[in-house]
Amino acid sequence: MAAALLIDDVTVEFGSFRAIDGLSLAIDYGEVRAVIGPNGAGKTTMLDVASGITRAKQGRVVFDDTIDITRSSESDIARAGVRRKFQKPSIFEGLDVRQHIAIGAQGGLRRILSPYALAQRVDDVLAEVGLADLALRPASELAHGQKQWLEIGMVLASQPKVLMLDEPVAGLTDEETERTVALVRKLRRPDRAIVVVEHDMDFVEQIADRVTVLHEGRTLFEGSMQDARADARVVDVYLGR
Amino acid sequence: MKPLASDRPFQLLLAVVLAVAALLAVSMVTPLGISAYLANAIGQLAAFAVLALALDLIWGYLGILSLGHGLFFGIGGYIVAMHLLKHSSEVTGRVPDFMQFMGWSSYPFYWAGLGFFPYALLVAAVVTILISGVFGYVSFRSRVDGVYFAIITQALVYVAMLLMFRNDTGFGGNNGMTGFLVLFGWPIGGSGVVIAMAVVSVLLLAAVLLGCRLLLGSNFGVLMIATRDDEVRLRTLGYETLRLKLAVWCLSALIAALAGMLYVPQVGIINPRLLSPELSLEIAVWVAIGGRGHLIGAVIGAMLVNALKFWLSAAAPELWPFILSGLIVLVVLVFPNGLVDLAKLKLTRPMGIKRLASEPELR
Repeated sequence: MAAALLIDDVTVEFGSFRAIDGLSLAIDYGEVRAVIGPNGAGKTTMLDVASGITRAKQGRVVFDDTIDITRSSESDIARAGVRRKFQKPSIFEGLDVRQHIAIGAQGGLRRILSPYALAQRVDDVLAEVGLADLALRPASELAHGQKQWLEIGMVLASQPKVLMLDEPVAGLTDEETERTVALVRKLRRPDRAIVVVEHDMDFVEQIADRVTVLHEGRTLFEGSMQDARADARVVDVYLGR
Repeated sequence: MKPLASDRPFQLLLAVVLAVAALLAVSMVTPLGISAYLANAIGQLAAFAVLALALDLIWGYLGILSLGHGLFFGIGGYIVAMHLLKHSSEVTGRVPDFMQFMGWSSYPFYWAGLGFFPYALLVAAVVTILISGVFGYVSFRSRVDGVYFAIITQALVYVAMLLMFRNDTGFGGNNGMTGFLVLFGWPIGGSGVVIAMAVVSVLLLAAVLLGCRLLLGSNFGVLMIATRDDEVRLRTLGYETLRLKLAVWCLSALIAALAGMLYVPQVGIINPRLLSPELSLEIAVWVAIGGRGHLIGAVIGAMLVNALKFWLSAAAPELWPFILSGLIVLVVLVFPNGLVDLAKLKLTRPMGIKRLASEPELR
């Protein structure tokens, strides 16, 4: 099967600190992959490298088996089809909900959608993330959970091939988490890979096909969540604490 | 941003500006209207308001603070001064005084053609775009922003000032350029010409105000606000923010240059003090006092602060720095969004009282 996103022997250093240390990871189309691990394991840094925000010192990142995005700019990577939700909900305080989704759907300075197709797409996405009733509200007025969904909607609106979600349920109530579980399950498609970084193990268990446990910038474990819970090393560095 | 059709405060301001222009125009033909002195003051205020709009466009709506916008104001000012001098020479047949002091008997080559106004306009635009474009590209490309960008712009305007203070640079040194005699063939001191300059300034203020409003109401304006609020988020959604920022930065510089071209003929002189960091800092103060991120705020702030300054520089010049500093402290502590906050205060209070009175069952 073709790998949607291949992280190949990537090393990232911040000064003398090695945040990622020769990490290799392949994520396939059609799967939901959870990346877990203790704080400082390099989870967010890995997403930063894949989205072009942080440069790898060595190694490469390949999208769709053929496109090397190691040195591409953030906007080029996004336009290629690799998109990401940030850890802290990142929204535009001065704009309304609908404008956010439209920005995500248009996905670049050059218009790719006709006004009609754009309106259609925005309506679909608003319904999908459950914000249709709030379309004209200023985003700054949304509750925390709604902001998380808004950002997912913004990222989703361009129909990305690789969707990276950094802590999508952090700070959410149980009920909101349930809704996010349903949303992520709906987003899964044979032609899309979803990467989720999350600390909420129950959430991970409900959505992930496979989990990768990172520790000190390396892969410690890869497999099912059930096996991860049983793995002595994983329990030792992360789950047991 | 509200649609233009329902934006009452903006419509009101635009109507006032246009009414002032009409009043000024009427004063040109009847002696009972606004005096040339007052018209000149209004014209200068309009030029400052255009300058404030230029800064608000990038600071209020794109989140980039420039503390060097005096540079572009100065470029416009110097080039229009060159035009006026060249044009005046065609009447007198002599080179300007400062060139005579330097022992030059004819204009250097780069003054060629500047007596023709459309060409001078073009030169001002090209020089402004070149300087702002190169500086903006290098800064935005290296992702310099926030205070670092503000400090570099401040340094840039300071360098320009030092350069222009030198007599050898050839633009009048510390005395600057003055002695403008004619404007489009008319004597520049005549009251009709003075009022006409004010009319043009106020009309251009209205045009710039409307132009900025239309830009901000468009899809492009939405992206400007998105860039201001979270640039990394916008970039990772596929948008090349470098291009967007560069375009708005150059546009803002052009508007500042236009303001300089309106200002200098009305004060009759340009010297390097226009390039001093003080003016560039003050522009930010006008915008902050009026309300950053509101076009209305920029115009009202520039008008109020400068009107106060005009009046005080005659009445009590030594008080001015204290009053300006006091205003800044007041804005920072009490009205973080500037005078626009005052308007909200007035609107919400009576409503609160009404609500209590109409719901007695709450007791």
